[in-house]
Amino acid sequence: MTINTEMKVRVAKITPVADKVKRFRFERTDGQPMPVFSGGAHVIVSMRDGQVLRRNPYSLMSAPGDTSGYEISVLRVENSRGGSAFLHEKLKEGDTLVLSQPVNLFPFDHRGKKHIMMAGGIGITPFMAMMEQMELEGRAFELHYAVRTRSHGAYWKELQQRYGAHRIKIYCDAENLFIPVDAILENQPLGTHLYVCGPAGMISGVLGKARTHGWPKENLHSEEFLAPPPGKAFQVKLARANRTIDVAPHQSILEAVEAAGIDAPYLCRGGACGQCETAVVSCDGELEHNDHFLEPDEKASGKKIMICVSRIKGNAVTLDL
Amino acid sequence: MLVAGIKSRPVYGGLSVDPNARRHLFALEGEGALALTEEAARSGADFLKNADILYVASGSRAADHDKALTALGADTFWLSPTVPVLLNRLNVMLGQAKMGTRLYVAGTEGFIGQAMQVALNHGIDHASIRCEHRGSAARRVQCVHCKGVTDNVTTSPYGCTHCGLSLLVRDHYSRRIGAFQGVNIDAEEPGTAPQPEELFP
Repeated sequence: MTINTEMKVRVAKITPVADKVKRFRFERTDGQPMPVFSGGAHVIVSMRDGQVLRRNPYSLMSAPGDTSGYEISVLRVENSRGGSAFLHEKLKEGDTLVLSQPVNLFPFDHRGKKHIMMAGGIGITPFMAMMEQMELEGRAFELHYAVRTRSHGAYWKELQQRYGAHRIKIYCDAENLFIPVDAILENQPLGTHLYVCGPAGMISGVLGKARTHGWPKENLHSEEFLAPPPGKAFQVKLARANRTIDVAPHQSILEAVEAAGIDAPYLCRGGACGQCETAVVSCDGELEHNDHFLEPDEKASGKKIMICVSRIKGNAVTLDL
Repeated sequence: MLVAGIKSRPVYGGLSVDPNARRHLFALEGEGALALTEEAARSGADFLKNADILYVASGSRAADHDKALTALGADTFWLSPTVPVLLNRLNVMLGQAKMGTRLYVAGTEGFIGQAMQVALNHGIDHASIRCEHRGSAARRVQCVHCKGVTDNVTTSPYGCTHCGLSLLVRDHYSRRIGAFQGVNIDAEEPGTAPQPEELFP
């Protein structure tokens, strides 16, 4: 029941960009144009890694109007579940992969008078496409980009050349420079929107400060894709399909269900969109909610679970699937 | 006769002060003054030192709400002679305002709708404006046929003040226009419109 129409693509180019960051360019194998997307959109990349099918979301960073190909940038994470390790170490130019249609859960608000983006590390990628679109549409924007070291930071030089140092501000941990969040929030014209993409601590820190500065929540936007955290193995009983499936320690419920050949709804696979919300019939154990989507009272109710990132601590959970 | 149960009908959450806002801007009309004086009594008057109040008495002149508002001792208080003059000043103030300024609107629905129109043009999301409906239930209605807007409509159907058609008032609301949508009730057989009912006193 996935709503994605998948596209078969070839890896046209792999470019090392910075420490542990590579850029991948994908072009369709059938020669058709890619769909135009909007800045902030992501695709799900399906990777066949031996016996395992991996599906991870990545923000599109190429120009939204460029239909000749899509580009993503991927950070090689230390304790990778396999996605970034596969892309960095196994994938070669010329290989084929499958992409979903683009989906945008992080669009900019077109009613805004000014747009401020704050990126931490690889969180820069959705803003690359957003800025392309904003520049084309003549919108007022500025980017505040925090990197660990100059060599870790991807694209900062190119961005400064393209949009000017007055709009692209770089803050380097190694040089003891940090985004002056309070000073930025204090002095913005009415109708300004704020977008944050980066590590969880950065997002909650910046958004918390914005609220104490009296920014309404309607003007605050963030995106963070979560990797499903590992845990202990457990069983999932599917009430409608009348099947029982084992979920391995490094597998999400969604992945286990898919591996058993059952099609469950999903969109972002990162706990952000809400598409995979599933009713919990009963639970022999404790639900471990890892998503950004459900409200605290919904999590506490024990009646719903986002199967892309959440799991249980216990023996078995029965789901309405 | 009223067509109700339409999703676009605005729901006003009430005028509660945002404790985090750095400035508070109040646009008040008529009985809407009471929404602020009551909130100040409820939540304490601390926020008033960072508050600007714009007020137009409209039909409530005799109630002297402007005196009660002046007595609150806000940073600024300005009494406007008419609604359009107030909206003009609101527009200028929003143009100079910074993020951290919270807008509050209270009064009749027609006033709320018009103040919101001004605010939307400054890129403010409608959901972040705190509104409270006070005073008459009279509606501001747009004729969907001639597009003429009539203020203070108290009956349905009513005769369009622009083109004369008999209009059924619906809960269908346009935020862009700041008005409910009225549609001709006797199009098939002109002259057979039911008697107007006083629905919005």
